Amino acid sequence: MSAKLVQKLDRVVIRFAGDSGDGMQLTGDRFTSQTALLGNDLSTLPNFPAEIRAPQGTLPGVSSFQLHFADHNVLTPGDAPDVLVAMNPAALKANLRDLPRGAAIIVNTDEFTKRNLSKVGYLESPLDDGSLDSYDVHPVALTSIAVEALVSFTDLTRKEKERAKNMFALGLLSWLYTRPMDGTEAFLKAKFADKPEILEANLAALRAGFNYGETTEDFAVAYEVAPATMPAGTYRNVTGNVALSLGLVAAAHRAHLPLFLGSYPITPASDILHTLAGLKRYGVATMQAEDEIAGVGAALGASFGGALGVTTTSGPGLALKAETIGLAVSLELPLIVCDIQRGGPSTGLPTKTEQADLLQALFGRNGESPVAVVAPATPADCFDVAVEAVRIATTYRTPVIVLSDGYLANGSEPWRLPRTAELPDIAVEFATEPNAVDDKGQPTFHPYLRDPETLARPWAIPGTPGLEHRVGGIEKADVTGNISYDPDNHDHMTRLRQAKIDGIADSIEPLVVDDPTDDADVLVLGWGSTFGPIAAGVRLARATGARVAQTHLRHLNPFPANTGDVLRSYQRVIVPEMNLGQLAMLLRAKYLVDIESHTSVRGLPFQAAELADVIATAVASVSDVPLKEAAK
Amino acid sequence: MTTDLGMPSSGPDAPGAPGAPGAHGTAGVPLLTDGTALTKKDFTSDQEVRWCPGCGDYAILAAVQGFLPELGLKRENIVFVSGIGCSSRFPYYLDTYGMHSIHGRAPAIATGLAATREDLSVWVVTGDGDALSIGGNHLIHALRRNVNLKILLFNNEIYGLTKGQYSPTSHVGQVTKSTPLGSLDTPFNPVSLALGAEASFVARTMDSDRQHLTSVLRAAAEHRGSALVEIYQNCPIFNDGVFDVLKDRTEAAARILHLADGEEVGTAETVVVRDDRGSLAVVPRAEADPARIVRHDASAPDPSAAFALSRLDSPDLGHVPMGIFRNVQRPTYDDSLREQIASARTGEVTDADIDALLAGRDTWTVGA
Repeated sequence: MSAKLVQKLDRVVIRFAGDSGDGMQLTGDRFTSQTALLGNDLSTLPNFPAEIRAPQGTLPGVSSFQLHFADHNVLTPGDAPDVLVAMNPAALKANLRDLPRGAAIIVNTDEFTKRNLSKVGYLESPLDDGSLDSYDVHPVALTSIAVEALVSFTDLTRKEKERAKNMFALGLLSWLYTRPMDGTEAFLKAKFADKPEILEANLAALRAGFNYGETTEDFAVAYEVAPATMPAGTYRNVTGNVALSLGLVAAAHRAHLPLFLGSYPITPASDILHTLAGLKRYGVATMQAEDEIAGVGAALGASFGGALGVTTTSGPGLALKAETIGLAVSLELPLIVCDIQRGGPSTGLPTKTEQADLLQALFGRNGESPVAVVAPATPADCFDVAVEAVRIATTYRTPVIVLSDGYLANGSEPWRLPRTAELPDIAVEFATEPNAVDDKGQPTFHPYLRDPETLARPWAIPGTPGLEHRVGGIEKADVTGNISYDPDNHDHMTRLRQAKIDGIADSIEPLVVDDPTDDADVLVLGWGSTFGPIAAGVRLARATGARVAQTHLRHLNPFPANTGDVLRSYQRVIVPEMNLGQLAMLLRAKYLVDIESHTSVRGLPFQAAELADVIATAVASVSDVPLKEAAK
Repeated sequence: MTTDLGMPSSGPDAPGAPGAPGAHGTAGVPLLTDGTALTKKDFTSDQEVRWCPGCGDYAILAAVQGFLPELGLKRENIVFVSGIGCSSRFPYYLDTYGMHSIHGRAPAIATGLAATREDLSVWVVTGDGDALSIGGNHLIHALRRNVNLKILLFNNEIYGLTKGQYSPTSHVGQVTKSTPLGSLDTPFNPVSLALGAEASFVARTMDSDRQHLTSVLRAAAEHRGSALVEIYQNCPIFNDGVFDVLKDRTEAAARILHLADGEEVGTAETVVVRDDRGSLAVVPRAEADPARIVRHDASAPDPSAAFALSRLDSPDLGHVPMGIFRNVQRPTYDDSLREQIASARTGEVTDADIDALLAGRDTWTVGA
């Protein structure tokens, strides 16, 4: 090992940035995997343009991957990087404003040509003009050293050798932060199994990067971050989209239902389709439909036949699916709709995160059309929320909308693996027998005769003798399900459908408040992916002595039964959201509490420090105890 | 997919393994056990039929109810899915499983059902507005995928339920409530459209010809894959008599070109001939060059001849080919999907399998 000095750190935030074609997402992924295997807690934030290959070397083409890892519990990908790896001038320029003074910058000097500099408006190289003097700059000719390291690969073109520069960078960073590389080597061996030349070149570049760190005088110190103390168990690193996919498969298994996904490709949801399409071994059927409407239609058709029908989409697709979700409300069949939210309106910001589909999920259909809505808080939580969505859908025979978002979808964190056998028992029973007698005294089947407890109707699937029945989108008579235009019946059925959804609250956990001092006057309440930044902001604020309580909603419809009581227990309630105050509006309307909305729609998650300031200000206004200087 | 849905064990299946070449359209659907048979009455629901007096839908309903017992299938394994429109009320009147869905989406919904349930005979009932206007996308994709659905397209060339607007099959110049000066749109020819969408079975029949309608339904049911059946249907309220010339015995004899495999296409007086460029024309038999007379072959792999036949249509119903235009075998989407899953499976999925799936390939363990 290195004879150089090794220094211990408790946390590091690294951002890899380069051109869309530079392989930064892969580099970040591999570094994350190495870090996870080492036992650090971590959180990641990929950030990439919607264009597959924007013009090379330009600001719109910059793709980045941020990773926060630590020897303790990590809540966010980090407000600001400690280290920036900039593969070209555009990557430097696009990310420099996020760097605190003193941060390390590793730049690929080979790309700092006159042409590339002028593409992003640098008149002079920032490496030479003193503008980076307050940073710890490490200029490395990444490309040419990588190419040099591959000199013996005579069958490869220079371009092919240049492509290995991201592996060189990964090797260098692996040395710098003392990460084992065997996982990446195994990954490369699998990826390039049938291209031995390319495999060897990548492995050589990776090792060359590691060795470069060890030998160059530019890096005097290597760093270590000790494993975090985490609950005992077996862990893997997981993104939100993968966790959601696995949750659906596990829930279908527990429900004893075949899983059918009808889906149309859309960013940032497509990875769920990709993941599930590869799981045929587990009986998963996936269909790439001709459009969003067909995706949900096929899913509903599958549900009618006794499968777990699932569709996945993002905001624009949810809009297109609205009518079919309304049909599912009327048919009272289970249906899972996953909306991986992105910036809107319209096409908006396809690759950036936002939580502005909450009201669309709750109300974006014609008529009184209530559905259950749930939202995961972290990437790993997507698994649990998928299971919960399936529980609600199958128990209450209702569509359930899952509101994830781009940040959760692509972000990752360590996930302590659950045991399948210990997941909730959500086995479904189909109706198999007549449930009534007709006026001639003969046994008959009433498709809308409800379970008195859940108000769910029987799920009688085709193939069941004696229970032949017709369902449809026209209003149905209570109990019999026959077409009915009767005014009183419509009023009754509308209220019944609402009561069924409201009744789900009886089966969900009450809202739990985290208030260590038990005397906070300020409550911060969030939903969905803001959990990490809010918790980190609360942690920062508490470090200054602020007494603040935190709670987080997983169920957006219905709310937990004690929500009103919780809200009314605090002098001030702050609701941070990545929209213009949609949850705040709902809470104000429902509970008549003067919610304070704190909002941001920048396509990026909140920063912990920003929320800590908001919290500190609120706490100061109601507290007689002065706070310490904010510990940033 | 071998999915045990907990259903009581079924009777014998219709002939042929579902995925095998030439399998019957209902292979995999349980048959009634020996000695039992159903009647038209068994397929008649207790709901009052609410179409207008004189509507062509009555005749189609009677024909379907009369035909279904012939399939010998268990009634509970038959499903009718419809969209929106007059024709789409159809499922309510049949005592099978049924879904009256939303406008244009029945083929998509039925696709999800057929893909997950090999043991069902799935029928779609739709109209010219439902299938060809709002639902055009789903129709063409169901046909291209060759999902094992029987799609009955009731074509009355008008919107009935919304009270008389022109439809995608209305003629240019047709005066309706929404086209007081005449329709400007070029209509679709549903048969041409279906053939262009790679349909493996395309036929045309008429509400008033019970025998012909039944024979087409029979062939559609036998066909494994998507079957599009266009049914000329009279709307007595908003487009009355649009097909009357085909119902008059003498007129019909002069206009309808019966499509029968291996036989010349024509009437008593006329016959269809092919010119040097492949186009078809109807000429008096006396003038026809025998070498150019078209003999029908619905199973021809190349759909060009079927398409050319469909182009003989004209707005004045001068020549109307009737019968099965195309009937070819190719793998169905639903059989192929089930095959992919079956060949990927290694047995019943256990909790341990799911545990391994969740763990993936890169795990680490934190001790207590």
